[in-house]
Amino acid sequence: MASPGTSPNGPGVSLKRIVAWLAAAFLLLPVLVVIPISLTPERYLSLPTNTISLRHYESLVTDGRWSKSIADSLIVGLGATVLATGLGVAFAVGAWRLGVPLARRLRLLLLAPIIVPPIVHAVAFYRAWATLGLLDTYLGLILIHAMKGLPFVVLTVAGTLANVDPRLEQAARSLGANARQAMGWVILPQIRAGIVAGAAFAFITSWDETIVALFVTSRAVTTLPRRIWEGLADNIDPAIAALGTVMIVLTFIVVAITTARSASAKA
Amino acid sequence: MSAAAASSSGTERLYWLMLLAPCVFLALFYLAPVLNVLVLSFTVPRPGVANYAELVNNAAVQRVLWTTVRIGAITTVLALLIGYVVAYALLHCGPRERRILLGIVVASFWISALIRAFAWVALLQSRGLVNALLISAGVIDSPLSLVRNEFGVVVGMVHYMLPYAILPLYTSLRGIDDRLVPAARALGATPSQAFRWVFLPLSLPGLIGAGVIVMIFSLGFYITPAILGGGRTIMVAEFISVQISETLRWGLAAMLATVLLGTVLLLVMWLSRFMDVEQALRK
Repeated sequence: MASPGTSPNGPGVSLKRIVAWLAAAFLLLPVLVVIPISLTPERYLSLPTNTISLRHYESLVTDGRWSKSIADSLIVGLGATVLATGLGVAFAVGAWRLGVPLARRLRLLLLAPIIVPPIVHAVAFYRAWATLGLLDTYLGLILIHAMKGLPFVVLTVAGTLANVDPRLEQAARSLGANARQAMGWVILPQIRAGIVAGAAFAFITSWDETIVALFVTSRAVTTLPRRIWEGLADNIDPAIAALGTVMIVLTFIVVAITTARSASAKA
Repeated sequence: MSAAAASSSGTERLYWLMLLAPCVFLALFYLAPVLNVLVLSFTVPRPGVANYAELVNNAAVQRVLWTTVRIGAITTVLALLIGYVVAYALLHCGPRERRILLGIVVASFWISALIRAFAWVALLQSRGLVNALLISAGVIDSPLSLVRNEFGVVVGMVHYMLPYAILPLYTSLRGIDDRLVPAARALGATPSQAFRWVFLPLSLPGLIGAGVIVMIFSLGFYITPAILGGGRTIMVAEFISVQISETLRWGLAAMLATVLLGTVLLLVMWLSRFMDVEQALRK
């Protein structure tokens, strides 16, 4: 492999730019194969030849198993997001306001669910949840997903808090606001963007989470990743491609909007 | 004055409560179960270090660990090589091109591992798109086996890990003073000398940091290896899962989980010497 430095830094076609576009194509194109597959009129995994059909999109709505999974993922995701956001904002604001060294050390503890390999805590939860009677319950999975989303909320909210002047709160207090009013009217509005971003991370974390769900749920709670996993295990259902297409399109819309926004904010 | 002091100590109590409640929650529902697994590795099926002796005696365990390290290392090297060039190109291309490339990287970062593994199975399986194309083009007569083996696992892993390499590398390369390479050139270095002696050494901490991140996630990876390995190429996470759901060997599973966790924690401690771990883990 040639060193990237051998090509000049000019704007012309250079090896590094070719490699960059090839890498982008490698990231993007294989994923896009789900789009034609999702339009096949057949029951099995294939590309549409003569006609295309929307039957697999239809089955996402009409097939009870898919609609139950979508509902389960939404229930668990929303529950986990509310819990993770509440706890994460509380921790970040408390740490910011107290500013004690202990808070920094505790923050490392809160990062554990990102660092510990998912298979390790999947085993741990399986064992503990069996003892607590939480296996295959909504509450059980919500608690786990809340803990997995918590670090993202803390990191994002702490990031926005770093830009908030602590004197604002003192000013509010000296003007007669009590602690609760200062929190609700002064601090929280300042960090709203961070809270929304953190909540979005927490929701996506739950929506995507597969391994622990495979361990701690079975029939009563069947989130989408679990359903997809089962669909991949037996005969591969093209409805997975339809669902994948919907999720890919949504991802690209969100990324395009946020990139355009940050670009216009910089301009 | 005393009323104000009393209310401020009340406020401070509130902040302590806000700080500590999430930690207690995590200690009870997260740390305790994980520590329990570590304990199990020494107590099940009977007290002692018999489970750890399997690391020396059990050829199947050794094979799985070797596969895990090998695939993890190959994935890390490939992701770093490609990721470095992409990050370097991002640094030197126009704003519009950078936005598009970064958009593709970030979007693929967010697409679920399951959907991506599904796409790779559809492409690489024996009746898949790649084989069909190659056969109809007359390049091959019978389908190549591209999936349910180590090749498929590596392709899927590099695909998944590439954004994890590109994004921290790009952040780190962007932090290098962009006047240094022109200065070296002005002092007579050729472009390749300026790169090798000035830019590359300065980017080394970022390279190591990104490498550790990719390695950490690769070693414990479950979904992609399990789907693309098809039960033939087995990495440690899938092996642990099989021990629990099929052979019910809790002690062995707990021991391997402990070894995996210990390795990852050591890597994280090493990582903290090169970059801000919190920054690196932020999505």
